[in-house]
Amino acid sequence: MNDGAGDDFPNIIPLGLDGMLVRFADTLSDSGNRAALAFRGVVDGAGIRGIRETSTSLASTFIAFDPVALSHDRLHATLRELLAGRDWSDAPLPGGRTRWTVPVCFEGACAPQLADAAALAGVSPDRAVRDLTARPLRALALGYAPGQAYLGTLDANWNLDRQSALTRSVPLGAVIVAVRQVIMFATSGPTGWRQVGLTRFRCFRPDHGERPIPLAPGDEVRLRAVSEDEMQRLAGQPDAGATSEALA
Amino acid sequence: MRALIVHRIGAGCSVQDRGRTGWLAQGLSRGGAADRLALAEGAALLGQPPDLAALELTGAGGTFEATEPMRVALTGARAVLRLGDKDLPPDAVHRVEPGARFSVGAARGGVFAYLNVGGGIDVPPVMGSRAAHLALALGPTLQDGTRLPVGADPGQAVNRGLDPEARLGGGDLRMLPSAHTALFAQDDLARFAATPFVRDPRGNRQGVRLEHDGAPFATQGQLTLLSEVIVPGDVQMTGDGTPYILGPEAQTIGGYPRIGCILPADLPRAMQAAPGDVLRFRFVTPDEALATWRDDDALMAALRARVRPITRDPRDMPDLLSYQLIGGVTSGTPEEEQ
Repeated sequence: MNDGAGDDFPNIIPLGLDGMLVRFADTLSDSGNRAALAFRGVVDGAGIRGIRETSTSLASTFIAFDPVALSHDRLHATLRELLAGRDWSDAPLPGGRTRWTVPVCFEGACAPQLADAAALAGVSPDRAVRDLTARPLRALALGYAPGQAYLGTLDANWNLDRQSALTRSVPLGAVIVAVRQVIMFATSGPTGWRQVGLTRFRCFRPDHGERPIPLAPGDEVRLRAVSEDEMQRLAGQPDAGATSEALA
Repeated sequence: MRALIVHRIGAGCSVQDRGRTGWLAQGLSRGGAADRLALAEGAALLGQPPDLAALELTGAGGTFEATEPMRVALTGARAVLRLGDKDLPPDAVHRVEPGARFSVGAARGGVFAYLNVGGGIDVPPVMGSRAAHLALALGPTLQDGTRLPVGADPGQAVNRGLDPEARLGGGDLRMLPSAHTALFAQDDLARFAATPFVRDPRGNRQGVRLEHDGAPFATQGQLTLLSEVIVPGDVQMTGDGTPYILGPEAQTIGGYPRIGCILPADLPRAMQAAPGDVLRFRFVTPDEALATWRDDDALMAALRARVRPITRDPRDMPDLLSYQLIGGVTSGTPEEEQ
């Protein structure tokens, strides 16, 4: 039970009877996220019998296992071995990732809080759009809703607090910002983040046989600014005009 | 089409199986039956594989009709299964004839009852499962008049029953540490284990709220936690220190502190606790916890071994004639199938 008490990272923490968490950091950082993604890749690649599923969140790797086929002690020891002798903070990201380019409209009714968010970030609205589209962002983790990626990390001036009052509802596809991250909302509903754009790209499409959830943790997403007209025109195309390429 | 016609269905009822695995990293929780044991009991009673789908019934239950002769078994919560003017015993296999309406009433103990049918509810799988994920509006929706396809039933045996493992009405929930157990003071962990909790009316497949007397349970020091993976059975303290038991449709990651994780074997008891039922938590050793572990194969083998023939008074068998006509009366031994 004292396993998680220390601040020495990485540490290994049991999650109930059939889960184990390898925690690389307790605050959001690029290195912690990189480590979690890289370590999941290593665990998956090790082909350990008894592991049922792996996952990552912002700075930890999760392993679900069958505690009879693979004892807690044995998994713990195996994870320790895999962790040892490596600086995980600058570990190379695993292969098999995808880079997406996703059309987003940052204009008019699509971007009700762009001016507010830009002001808080200390830039003009035009500059804000350039910041948000300047480079690919990494899917740090997926959650809250299926397929919904926490994309980061933006520069430090984008470390915006959440709003003190929730926006009652933003639409499906809302592009929202807070705490140096961008989310393409996979559902509609309330949020404390600010809506700066809108995309027709759908992050969760259960009827899409091949790829019901297009993004995976570690994928990259580059937002591409389009006019509202172009966004609507692209809406009928596969992936609503988003394109993808395999990352080496 | 061999189908189950839904004449009336209450809110919160859904098609469920064992849920979806493999999507955790992409933000989709497993879902599936809130009481997985009840689903397995239904499969054992009907002598069929455990991966078929059943109807999870809660609230007011529902009224149904089969389009062809169909075997049914009600498991999980204590609810009345009524065919014509007869109440049929739960945790047993019955045969219903086409055209006869039968109903499952509101639960009198527990929360989730399962109407298992021979051949399973055969709606098309979505992302590897037939289960509805209510929080996401994923999977089949049920309304009055829905016709649910039912798979072919290779079995015929009826008059089989089993005594379910007691798990209704609350009780002790065994736990192991979870993500943030170490952030709670030892005194608070001891108080947590000594406190009776009452299942609040607010609860669903995502999570169940608990009430208790006394101070809230808060972690020491750390105010903001980085979001980490949630597993069903985690007991999470919200901002005001109120515990929630997280269920099969809980979000996959979250940043509220989790004081412990209920053992999978006790999760059916947790999810079947009805409003007003009292629950207590007890941390156990890893060895004690491991002794409760059953994978699906072991669970099914244990349940099949407990299925036994039941004899019924012929006067209580309104469908007696049909049994004789089809010659389908069997010794009911579970070994006949599987």
